[in-house]
Amino acid sequence: MTALLEVEDLRITFPTRSGTSHPVDGVSFSVARGELLALVGESGCGKSLTSLALLRLVPPPGQIVPGSAIRLEGTDVLALAPAALRSIRGRRIGMIFQDPMTSLNPVFTIADQISESVRAHQRMSKRAARARALELLQEVGIPDPVERLDNYPHQLSGGMRQRVMIAIALASEPELLIADEPTTALDVTVQAQILELLDSLRAARGMAVLLITHDLGIVAGRADRVAVMYAGRLVEEATTAELFARPSHPYTKGLLASVPRLTGAVTRLQPIAGTVPAPTAWPAGCRFHPRCPASLPRCATDDPPALAVGDGHRMRCWLAETGRP
Amino acid sequence: MTGSLWRLLLRALTSPSGRLGAIVIALLTLFVFVAPWLLPDPSAMPDLVAGALPPGAGHPFGTDQLNRDILSRVVTGGQISLSVAGLAVLLAVTLGALVGGLAGFAGGWLDSALMRLVDGALAIPRLFILLMLVAVWEQMPLGALVLVLGATGWFATSRIVRGEVLRLRNAEFVLAATALGAGPGRIILRHLLPNVAGPLLVAATLGVGDVILLEAGLSYLGIGVRPPTPSWGSMILDARPLLTTAPWTSIFPGLAIAITVLAVNLFGDALRGALDPRSA
Amino acid sequence: MTRWLARRALQAVLTFAVVTVLLFVLMRLTPGDPLQRLEGDRQLSAEAAAALRHRFGIDQPLSTQFGDFLGGVVRGDLGVSIEHYPTKVSTLVLSRLPASLLLGGTVLLLTFGIGITLGVYQAVHRGRRLDHWLTNSSLALYAMPSFWLGLVLAWFFGIRLHLLPVAQMHDPLLGANASWLVRAGDVARHLILPAATLTAVSLAAVMRYQRTALLEVLRLDFVLAARARGLPERQVLWRHAWRNALFPVVGLLGLWLPILVTGSVFVEQVFNWPGLGSLAADAVSARDYPVILGTAMLVSAQVLLGGFLADVAYYALDPRVRGA
Repeated sequence: MTALLEVEDLRITFPTRSGTSHPVDGVSFSVARGELLALVGESGCGKSLTSLALLRLVPPPGQIVPGSAIRLEGTDVLALAPAALRSIRGRRIGMIFQDPMTSLNPVFTIADQISESVRAHQRMSKRAARARALELLQEVGIPDPVERLDNYPHQLSGGMRQRVMIAIALASEPELLIADEPTTALDVTVQAQILELLDSLRAARGMAVLLITHDLGIVAGRADRVAVMYAGRLVEEATTAELFARPSHPYTKGLLASVPRLTGAVTRLQPIAGTVPAPTAWPAGCRFHPRCPASLPRCATDDPPALAVGDGHRMRCWLAETGRP
Repeated sequence: MTGSLWRLLLRALTSPSGRLGAIVIALLTLFVFVAPWLLPDPSAMPDLVAGALPPGAGHPFGTDQLNRDILSRVVTGGQISLSVAGLAVLLAVTLGALVGGLAGFAGGWLDSALMRLVDGALAIPRLFILLMLVAVWEQMPLGALVLVLGATGWFATSRIVRGEVLRLRNAEFVLAATALGAGPGRIILRHLLPNVAGPLLVAATLGVGDVILLEAGLSYLGIGVRPPTPSWGSMILDARPLLTTAPWTSIFPGLAIAITVLAVNLFGDALRGALDPRSA
Repeated sequence: MTRWLARRALQAVLTFAVVTVLLFVLMRLTPGDPLQRLEGDRQLSAEAAAALRHRFGIDQPLSTQFGDFLGGVVRGDLGVSIEHYPTKVSTLVLSRLPASLLLGGTVLLLTFGIGITLGVYQAVHRGRRLDHWLTNSSLALYAMPSFWLGLVLAWFFGIRLHLLPVAQMHDPLLGANASWLVRAGDVARHLILPAATLTAVSLAAVMRYQRTALLEVLRLDFVLAARARGLPERQVLWRHAWRNALFPVVGLLGLWLPILVTGSVFVEQVFNWPGLGSLAADAVSARDYPVILGTAMLVSAQVLLGGFLADVAYYALDPRVRGA
């Protein structure tokens, strides 16, 4: 499969009172057509900013550093004129956000908001757009869609609002859907439903999905590939099966170990020691080394590049050279 | 509490407009209370024959219809206006804090009754309340004006204080403090006051500007500061018939009001910004 | 109307009741004699003076006075003017109402129209020089006493430049058979200076509120989401952001009316505009207390009505309030 989206060496800086912050500092990955790539990391690692950068929505005073590259099927997104950029937003790349309550405009009806999205990228009469909105609501599995059309966001439950968000995002048939923590604000049972929905939509439309999350648990069994992010960089990348079978980077291992398990022996939770460093002062050498239980002397001075660990499996860790511990 | 107020003041001074406001206020106050020693006596012999002279040698602001030096009158008027405003606002803020605090703490019917009262009072434009009180008051002393201005200015402040009290009553740290044995007095002093001090200071500063304008308006209508005490507002009243022939008689007192109120508002704004940076 | 609106209407009425009581208390509090001018300037006969005193219930116990007063208010009877005896206060007030509404309505449109536009502009260009300049200019205008600004504008445009009329509402020399268009134009010309004066001093508040509200809304997620959908920036700004930033400005409608009313007392007096403001100002110089009381009551009613209209606007604009 040829890559739909290619990100190369993405860097984002923010001026702050305590100096320049580098929340995204050299991120590279690609998403193939129809693939679901999960971007996993704790809060503060830069994953949300990365997703915003794909649509050039980094909030000022943040800036994408020149030298970064974002290509959508070869087209350089960072060099697009405003009109062309707008035709990508929503049309070729859709996005859904974490909190469906605040992501929907409270003063417009569901029908209004979906229709607006539909008509933003194609000429369509209001009536036709409304009919399309109904179709979309059905597609995302909302019960009583006809009623819901004229409801306002505050009249819907969290799960339904998220479905509406997805419907709006799908309105113009995007090739890539960026889902930024789509289930974090929802109850556990609803989470599963939304993820199922994303799966079925992906299958039906051949749409690629970039799933941003801090929860490794929802990734298993759904994502094709996983990229783990830490301190502004990707530290490990592999297919899902491979990552769960053979997690290699100490941070990934730490993440997996701190997920509570419902089955198996009852053991202590293993948190990762220390705290996430500030983006204005990344540690020297390997950024994870102050918290790493397996750090070598070298890690304090030399920053590891992405090294191969297996087939399609890379990580930024010197342990790749010395063999797995 | 003074520590947090101090920090608030200093932060307000970091903005250029706040600094400008503060400097102008300081200079004005200084000038208005010191200059009289250096200027001709504003109540010197009125000279109807000479009449109003344009700004020139010896009279930087010109003279009024009775040939009195306008600069001196502006300065004396300033003493009056600033003092009246300062005292009135002090009274208003104190009253507002007391009533608001009482309403917040007492709760129940007293709170409801007080807030109904405040609602009603806020529906009547303040000028009209003042008119009802002073329009037919012959020979009203200056102190009475201060009282009346102060007594009509506490309504909005009481709402602010009441809001803070309600918020804090249920705040966890107050529960924690009470659990640790703190009595109501200590809670008021150490927790409530520092939280209201900031908003009160902002309200007071902005209130000074409003009172200056109100007092000027009342004096312009002839019922504020009564003659022969000079006041910026009554100077403008006296200058009305001279509008075409001697416009400087109106311009300078008005400018004095505008500059003072602007300076006070700039500083008050800076204070408000220092209190809540998001509104900047 | 739903329960919410009905409740707000009821609150307004209750507050007006409180206003009535307050006004009565103020009337009794003032050390001056509301009827002092009866003998001196008015040259009323002794019977007329006694009738007036009885009319105002001065010679009766407090509770009866209050009862009479309330009864009068409910009936719409606000007493009789001293200066224009025996004209009723309500007659005077009603005769001035149209001019007041014309001036007030114009100022409202101008203040909110210009204020909202500038406030939005400031929010979009936050931090730039024009933003600061607009804030400082509006503050400077706010700091000017309205009567002084009126005088300055009257002097400059009316007397110096002879561009605009400075007195009253029409040109008294306009022929009786002038067409209504000419008359309207004449009134419009007379409206310019007083409206400009009042608008100038009121702009600061509207601009400030709009700017702050829009800045807050622009930070919200749904604005980002709208942009992410590829909507044009103008649509994002006005249809999504501004539509949600209207609410505090609508609320300002209720809060700002007292300022308008206060300003109009001075501005109408300066320009001799025949509205409620100049009625109050004239009543002050004539020590005509009943008229002062009457206008106070009416403007309070206006303020409360304005607040209720703001509530109606909220209801219309915000589906969450509709409990929809």
